[in-house]
Amino acid sequence: MYKITLPLSLLVILLLSSLLTPVSAVAQDNEPTDDEVNAIAKQLYCPVCENIPLDTCQMQACRQWRDTIREKLTAGWSEEQIKQYFVEQYGVRVLATPPAKGINLLVYILPPVALLVGIVILLRAFRKWRQATVQAEQVQPAKPEDPYIARLEEELRRRER
Amino acid sequence: MIIHVGYFSLVLTFLIALYGVGAATYGAIRRKTQFVESARHAMLLTWPLVTLSVLAIVWLLVSGDFQVHYVYSTTSNDMPVYLKITALWGGQAGSLVFWSWLMAAFASAVSLRKWDHNRELLPWVVVVIMVNLAFFLSLAIFFENPFARLWKTLDGEQITAMFQPRGTIPLVPVDGRGLNPLLRHLGMIVHPPMQYLGFVSFVIPYALAMGALITGRTDDHWLRVGRRWTIVAWLFLSAGLLLGSWWAYDVLGWGGYWGWDPVEVSALIPWLSATAFIHSVMIHEKRGMLKQWNMVLVILTYSLVIFGTFLSRSGVLMSVHAFAESAIGPMLLIFIGISFVGSFILLIWRWEKLKSKNQLNSMLSREALLLLNNLLLIGILVVCAWGILFPLISELITSQKVTVGPPFYERAVAPLGIGLLILMAVAPLSTYGHTWWKPLVKALLKPFGASLLVPLILTLRGITNLGALLGFWVVAFVALVTLNEFWRGAMVRRRRHGEIIPLALWRLMRRNRQRYGGYVIHLCTVMMVVGIIGIEIFQTETQATLVWGEQLTLGRYVMIYESMDQFDSPDGRFVIRAVVSVYRDGKYVGELYPRQDYYYAPEMAVSIPGVRSTLEDDLSVMLVGWEPTPTGGATFKVFLNPLVNFIWLGGLLFILGTLAAAWPDRKS
Repeated sequence: MYKITLPLSLLVILLLSSLLTPVSAVAQDNEPTDDEVNAIAKQLYCPVCENIPLDTCQMQACRQWRDTIREKLTAGWSEEQIKQYFVEQYGVRVLATPPAKGINLLVYILPPVALLVGIVILLRAFRKWRQATVQAEQVQPAKPEDPYIARLEEELRRRER
Repeated sequence: MIIHVGYFSLVLTFLIALYGVGAATYGAIRRKTQFVESARHAMLLTWPLVTLSVLAIVWLLVSGDFQVHYVYSTTSNDMPVYLKITALWGGQAGSLVFWSWLMAAFASAVSLRKWDHNRELLPWVVVVIMVNLAFFLSLAIFFENPFARLWKTLDGEQITAMFQPRGTIPLVPVDGRGLNPLLRHLGMIVHPPMQYLGFVSFVIPYALAMGALITGRTDDHWLRVGRRWTIVAWLFLSAGLLLGSWWAYDVLGWGGYWGWDPVEVSALIPWLSATAFIHSVMIHEKRGMLKQWNMVLVILTYSLVIFGTFLSRSGVLMSVHAFAESAIGPMLLIFIGISFVGSFILLIWRWEKLKSKNQLNSMLSREALLLLNNLLLIGILVVCAWGILFPLISELITSQKVTVGPPFYERAVAPLGIGLLILMAVAPLSTYGHTWWKPLVKALLKPFGASLLVPLILTLRGITNLGALLGFWVVAFVALVTLNEFWRGAMVRRRRHGEIIPLALWRLMRRNRQRYGGYVIHLCTVMMVVGIIGIEIFQTETQATLVWGEQLTLGRYVMIYESMDQFDSPDGRFVIRAVVSVYRDGKYVGELYPRQDYYYAPEMAVSIPGVRSTLEDDLSVMLVGWEPTPTGGATFKVFLNPLVNFIWLGGLLFILGTLAAAWPDRKS
């Protein structure tokens, strides 16, 4: 009897032990470090609290979400896949900046356009003022006879510079 | 009794403010100086009266009169006294009275000024300040009353009201809710008052500008009167932002020193337009140009202050749906609308009068460069405003929430910021009026060449990050040009007066505070930029779970988890404290005590990092998690922030430099 049951019981023990430590034997190398989890959590935002990155949020819900990232990393998901998963589950608000589609394009278009408008306004003002200066310089007063006035004007001009 | 004294002081101040508005207007229109004088005295009275109210609130907070709803919601028995005092600005109602108190302080201070030479402006300054004061007081008196008390009806229903409703008895809770644990920090004592001072003080340049528009005295009179007030206001606003940034950094979990959080950004925006104003005012003073633009900037700055207040107080920034939570939200919005529209109507009325003969001789003249400075600052302002408004607009239109986070701001602001830094290097060498590019380039050549050594040396020492190299180069460029200006000035004084260098520098600063004070501020700014480059580009972090005796490594540092203890603190916290020892390059440098404080009252945990600070870097250790077993594991998150203390050192010197620039000269 022992001759049959020994290998059988060994098999049972082996099977049971593999159940007790489900993934550890295999996942020793796959288990992501906290840093790897945080590297992805850093790029995501807490889906419920406003404007708090997922790696600093200390709420219970956020801890669970970080655990979700850890599970998915262990299962072999890539960074892009994990981010996409969160977007599908909780909406685009989990991303640090909205995707450049539809109305969200405005986010990226407005600043450079505003800057260009500012530059154009400034250049036009510059040109107008430069013209005013040139005109003012052309309207020279008639040369005064008095040499002292001429010297005074020269001194004043030198001081202005 | 105290409650009634406090409340009726507010009401009295409100009535006096309204009287001041009426008397000043009447006195100005009918040219009756007694009425204007009476209005000025009324303005002087406002501060002592509001002080009575503030003292009443503080008394109630410290003595723990929990029947008062505000005391109940912001304090608790276990809070230390200093924190109970800070609860004055810890909640909406109290902070409205605090805001009014600070505004009244400026109002009273300005009324004590010698107005003999500026009689025309005085009545309108009184009107504008008193209207603003009356508005904020009305928010406290009618909407968010810090003196409202809790009452209980016979059916057990709870009512909050100022005066006892019929058929109710007082409801006196045994203990209060307590202040949010995240606010129990030194920063809570200094940052909000400084920030409020910064916001509130801009009412003075704004009032002077309105006075100039109303009286038609659109020359630089109002600017000269308001010059010191403007610098002081800018000083407080800068200090407020710096203190807030330091507080956020110290607490860590709030995105470090600047997280581009919408509330932070809404406080930065008026600072940007104020900085633009401070620079464009120089063109106004030297060349009489840009009077219209300066008016626009002043109106914009004050309006943005109120708008920022609205955004953070109405709950709009947290979520659009929280708008209905406070009645003051719509009131603030209406007030902004009216004052903004009113200011612009006045501006348009005087538009032609403000026309100055704008002349520009060269695109490289100082006027042109200062205008470029304005363009970049307003550019950053537009980026920031767009970043906080877009999510609100998007949610209104598509009912989809989006986050506009740090990557947006960083990418948009960085090039503009670099542009501003380059201007800091070029502008001191430019001149007003005619500027030929050859002398300017010649003057720039030496410091430019010398500054290139810095990125070269850094590359040789192994730093390859392009952003860092660019950043350090421009810092060196600005520093060399600015220090050279001091050197040149001191040398000239030495030759002419035979002064030794330190005396020469001192006299140099005193004779031209605006210029050399500005240069000091620029130097401090680039010092802060050094710190920003360090933490933004070279920050490293790691997280690990350790048991007693285990270690983790980050850069040159090794941290060993020694032990942990738990205890109850006397002020209502349960503390879990870890002891870690730190080694740098193998040498022992000290112990740190990261801990978690659990507050029983609001049931919150706050993580307090253990930090080792040197000029070279900060090692910040946070206790993120722990297991309740005796030698259980604890999870630590460690940050290494190189050069970050240059931000605080630069910031401190920045404030001192601004004080020096604002200090009154002996003759004036």
